[in-house]
Amino acid sequence: MQVPQHVIELTYLAATALFILSLKWMSAPTTARHGVWAGELGMLLAIAGTLLNHGMDYQWIAIALVLGTIIGVPLGMVQMTAVPQRTALSHAFGALCVTLVGTSEFYLRGGEVSQFTLSVLCLEVILGSLTFTGSLMAAGKLQEWLPQRPITYKGQNIVNLGVLAVAIGLAAYIVFHPAHTHIFPFIIGIPLLFGVLMIIPIGGADMPTVISLLNSYAGLSAAAMGFVLDSKLLIVAGALDGASGFILSLNMSKAMNRSFTNVLFGAFGQEQVSGAATQEARNVRSATAEEAAAILSAANKVVIVPGYGLAVAQAQHKVRELYDALTKRGVEVKFGIHPVAGRMPGHMNVLLAEADIPYDKLLDLDEINGDFPQTDVALVIGANDVTNPAARTDPGSPIYGMPILDVDKARTVMVIKRGMSPGFAGIDNPLYYLDQTLMLFGDAKAFVGAIVRELSGGAQD
Amino acid sequence: MKLDLMTDLYVFMLAAFIGFEVIRRISPLLHTPLMSLTNALDAIAVVGAILLVGEHKSTLSTVLGTIAIVAATSNVVGGFLITDRMLKMFKSSRPQKTVK
Repeated sequence: MQVPQHVIELTYLAATALFILSLKWMSAPTTARHGVWAGELGMLLAIAGTLLNHGMDYQWIAIALVLGTIIGVPLGMVQMTAVPQRTALSHAFGALCVTLVGTSEFYLRGGEVSQFTLSVLCLEVILGSLTFTGSLMAAGKLQEWLPQRPITYKGQNIVNLGVLAVAIGLAAYIVFHPAHTHIFPFIIGIPLLFGVLMIIPIGGADMPTVISLLNSYAGLSAAAMGFVLDSKLLIVAGALDGASGFILSLNMSKAMNRSFTNVLFGAFGQEQVSGAATQEARNVRSATAEEAAAILSAANKVVIVPGYGLAVAQAQHKVRELYDALTKRGVEVKFGIHPVAGRMPGHMNVLLAEADIPYDKLLDLDEINGDFPQTDVALVIGANDVTNPAARTDPGSPIYGMPILDVDKARTVMVIKRGMSPGFAGIDNPLYYLDQTLMLFGDAKAFVGAIVRELSGGAQD
Repeated sequence: MKLDLMTDLYVFMLAAFIGFEVIRRISPLLHTPLMSLTNALDAIAVVGAILLVGEHKSTLSTVLGTIAIVAATSNVVGGFLITDRMLKMFKSSRPQKTVK
């Protein structure tokens, strides 16, 4: 049976429309699952359409599809805390696919195509290769197989940009001398090295930005592949993915007070400004779980501010119990979520949703900040720098200008923390020394559990 | 050939605009599922790899293409699966008309 080419092209057209609808439906939690179904249908149509091509040799395709499914299912079943590394790994796989196809195309018809196509092909392979190793490195750091601490040395940016420049120079050479195929392996190998170098200076706190940026690169490399193969479906999918990653990178860099160029050049390895920690002895007030429970149950409005420490302590479910106990007593409980709480954009929302906390209680930075002056208790769990008022008030602070959650405007602030050690950026937090602040020293999960016990113990009266 | 490239550039530009406009409206609440969804959609690159293997032009292209299909398929399957798992968890506290 021979299917006419335009029928196959029509399946691609339908898939393109479904992909756009898929993203459109993602805009609200009520329709988001339709988005997944639309995406799946589009994917199915496009793959089926491709398989209908005349004269295909199916043997290896079938084997590869089965193998891919076998690998894909466990990757779809990982725990929610592992979603960031899974995402990084899938960026690597996407980039690997694009790089391999680009390489094959070069050896098959590199000499016949136009210079424009050849330059796009080189772009595809360079972006694909650097995204491949970069994403593997990011996944390794997130999985803690690699040291999370940033490794920096003098002249790092110059070395990195130099390496990338060599790759681009060689690519330009190939575009004008396509017969010199022995150069080609270098424009795969050098970007592979660049991908590793690019992630070495990046620490855990910068991961949300990096993952988004790699997402954008993966999308752009796929779009480049679309140009090489003249596949409009692939161009659209790549452009959508690239745009999505780009927007998320911008969001993250804004949330971390990094400049736009800082994101574009991937120079996240910040100049290590060590905030001169003022060592003057200042008073800190601490409280027990019993006292905390009493204050919380007397409150009308409570805002809980979770940070990644909450996920590390696996305290989501205890927080859900606290939410239930307080809600039952008529206390209004909301969650204020900073964009960089978690290891990738939106990660904290997923972790709290997993613990069955309703999504309409999960509020973004801009949505919640107006609420703090009317809030009785702001309960900070496992978050530090994103609550640091120095970002608003102290121009000398390394995080000055970073958008923060204004918990210090609440009537009472309670901070669950293991000790007085500073956070990720090593910056002292003046919040802890305010008059209305109570420090609750202990492990997040244990302490929230203790508060819940106090609340339920006193439920009879 | 030249005309095809121009058309492709137009397609890219329009898709990028649509992408920006549509994705800008997506609340930070759903940014993680968004990323895993776009990841799965991006794996449409599998189509290019399937063509490459199906045409069987050289051993190199078949081997590389086969690996490419494996990588992309695992993204398709894993990406849609985890996106749906995440979205299933998002529930509202307000009673509402249930989806589906």
